[in-house]
Amino acid sequence: MSAGADLTTPALLLSAGLFAIGVVGVFLRRNVITVFMCVELMLNAVNLAFIAFSRWRGTLDGQVLVFFVLTVAAAEAAVGLAIIIAAQRNRDTLDVDSFNLLKW
Amino acid sequence: MTLDAILFYVFAAAAVGSALVVVGQRHPTYSAFALIVTLCSLSAVFGLLGSPFIAVLQVVVYAGAIMVLFLFVLMLLSVKREEPPARGAWGVKATAIGLGAVLVAQVGSVLAASARVTPAAPGFNASTGHVARLLFSPAYLYVFEATSILILAALVGAVALAKREM
Repeated sequence: MSAGADLTTPALLLSAGLFAIGVVGVFLRRNVITVFMCVELMLNAVNLAFIAFSRWRGTLDGQVLVFFVLTVAAAEAAVGLAIIIAAQRNRDTLDVDSFNLLKW
Repeated sequence: MTLDAILFYVFAAAAVGSALVVVGQRHPTYSAFALIVTLCSLSAVFGLLGSPFIAVLQVVVYAGAIMVLFLFVLMLLSVKREEPPARGAWGVKATAIGLGAVLVAQVGSVLAASARVTPAAPGFNASTGHVARLLFSPAYLYVFEATSILILAALVGAVALAKREM
């Protein structure tokens, strides 16, 4: 684990690329579970940026932040998937365009 | 190019490729399997960036727990393939891809201008012991305890939401 500064920029570019892919997926996909998976992809891209900056600055706070992001992501996945199950039970579909009860 | 750098680019390419499959695939189950490949590749990238603890956590929590939850729900709801979009959706698609390209271009231009200024700090070591010492230090101890309350709330909330009758 010794390589020098050369991996920081590629890691941040990879992070930006994965985040952009996640954003595009949230816009493009209409299945609510796939949209949710794209959100997880974006969280992972942010984690990668935290790790890259943590290594670049030589501090461990980025690692701790990634730990908390992982915890929140686990909680979010549990609650989000429970909401998806409840919504599917009410609407009998997983299409994001059909979940419009909060619109007026 | 060192072995670290070669492995980094191999796993970065795997992560980007499988992420594109996640987004491009119409069937959510295939998307979930592609996302598992992305998460495992990112775990390898984390390890190559000197963070073994987060790398293991990534496999155990993300690829293990969260993706199993996703696949469990996918099997439970017997999801179908997404229908092809109606006419007129090409504008949305082009806008989304264009905005994604703008985002990458912006970050890339900032990085090109700034990242070469200072090199990475030498001797970076984020072993489990080091991270744990910081995590349980007074700086993060209360936040850490708060996350346990968050997990408990999420547990109760998930059961309450997914229950058939309230």
